[in-house]
Amino acid sequence: MNVVRKTLFYGLVILIFVWCVFPLYWAFVSSIKPDRDLFEKNPTFIPRRITFENYVKVFKERPFHVNIKNSIIVAGVTTILSLAVGSLSAYSIARIKFRGKKIVMSLILSVSMFPQISILGSIFLILRALKLINTYTGLILPYTAMNIPLTVWVLQNFFRELPKEIEEAAFIDGASKFRTLWSIVLPMSAPGLVATGLLTFIASWNEFLFALTFMQRPNLYTVPVAIALFKGASQYEIPWGQLMAAAVIVTMPLVILVLIFQNRIIAGLSAGAVKG
Amino acid sequence: MKIKGSAAYWMIFPTLLIISIVAFFPLFKTFYDSFFSFGLRPGIERKFVGLENYKNLLRDVRFVNALKNTIFFTVVSVSIETVLGLIVALIVHQKFTLRGIVRAAMLVPWAIPTAISSQMWRWMFHDQFGIMTRLWERIGIITPGTPILGRPGLAMWAIIFVDVWKTTPFMALLILAGLQVIPEDIYEAAKIDGANSIQRFFKITLPLVTPTIAVALIFRTLDALRVFDVVYIMTRGAVNTETLAVYNRHVLMDRAFTGAWFGYGSAISVFIFMLIMIFAIIYIRSLKLRLD
Repeated sequence: MNVVRKTLFYGLVILIFVWCVFPLYWAFVSSIKPDRDLFEKNPTFIPRRITFENYVKVFKERPFHVNIKNSIIVAGVTTILSLAVGSLSAYSIARIKFRGKKIVMSLILSVSMFPQISILGSIFLILRALKLINTYTGLILPYTAMNIPLTVWVLQNFFRELPKEIEEAAFIDGASKFRTLWSIVLPMSAPGLVATGLLTFIASWNEFLFALTFMQRPNLYTVPVAIALFKGASQYEIPWGQLMAAAVIVTMPLVILVLIFQNRIIAGLSAGAVKG
Repeated sequence: MKIKGSAAYWMIFPTLLIISIVAFFPLFKTFYDSFFSFGLRPGIERKFVGLENYKNLLRDVRFVNALKNTIFFTVVSVSIETVLGLIVALIVHQKFTLRGIVRAAMLVPWAIPTAISSQMWRWMFHDQFGIMTRLWERIGIITPGTPILGRPGLAMWAIIFVDVWKTTPFMALLILAGLQVIPEDIYEAAKIDGANSIQRFFKITLPLVTPTIAVALIFRTLDALRVFDVVYIMTRGAVNTETLAVYNRHVLMDRAFTGAWFGYGSAISVFIFMLIMIFAIIYIRSLKLRLD
């Protein structure tokens, strides 16, 4: 009985594991198979022949490195901007008494509930009027607005937990609010900043709807859009091997990053999702 | 600590400025535009039409269909994800060798951008060479030669399948966080009182983890109601898989360049906003209950 239960239990555990990682494994296997093995009625789980042709082609036959550059710039600037702007708000909400704090917090948090599609058309019109379609700024601004609620919420929780005495000492020594925030609170909050920064970066790196709508030239596409609109030589033929190579290239760093910081991410997400 | 309140306003100002420009003002503008008839092509006259766009919504067969598809997708995927998520959470809550690796693996589907994982799955559902297509044939879900992503009905199930793949592990991790705060001695006490494992689950675990599940469930519902990426990439909304967000973008960004459709598209946007706000209010209410 015990053996049966144990076998069943480990069977389920293996099932969960395979379920989670198989698509990534399959993308990788597909990316290193030569085309004659890839387009086979009964594909093999382990490649018989290995080629890295697809990894070369994806940069030679299309501007994929440019797409990666676009994504790094957009996600990177968004992250820095959200942290800079968000930490100021978070600190004042956590530490300073002022009138209307509840309203401000509700306003900021309500943005996280906005369905992106509901403001897509209007943002498009605004960006068009400001000539910001097909510019990095045109994506960075909406991304920052989308990410600020989580940043503020997680950071203000974090700031609250810090010992107040150190800040008070700095204040008595004559340091200004900004000075205290910059040289005392922020260094102490490094773990919180890393976690929120990572979440912001991933969210911006992954975003699809805005990127699809506000960047309309292939050399300005971000990675998800480039991959979603992957085209081959002819209209009906998708180069699946290359597509899977591209998918693996941009997914691997992300997966590694997530695995390294898994504990912090789960903490940050539960703070964002479970508590609000 | 004595601090001037005015400093706080300066510190909050940049945040409020950004969310006003790119969130509140566009939202207001969407509401406003939904009472007009206009398009994005030059030469279309902008006219005030009152509630005309909203009246047209219910007459639009494609809109009604998108609404039905969205509700179907939401109800089915969120239910499956919740039940499976709970089961997976209970499994990985046990102590076993390599637990850390399995928990780490559960973050993988979440970490892959939806646009990219949808392409991975599209390849796996390929009508000739897809490994999933082969599997579904073997199990007998489909007869050989059926293009899964090309069949009405079947295509929506494939999309739900992908969403369940992506979200179940994540849901499980959230529920796991809820399970971990249940103190061990409650179980010990129940064991001493002679409660078996099924009784312990229904009398202790489930009631204590219900608030976490409820919050995760509403959170997921908010997400599912605005589903776009996976549908757009897997089928472009063809074969009766079009959801509200996919249709909305089509009206705003494709049709509005050919005729006076932008106002109507804004009305759809407002509809989606209202629909999601209903759930958002429920969500906020449930949070307050938890915080008390």
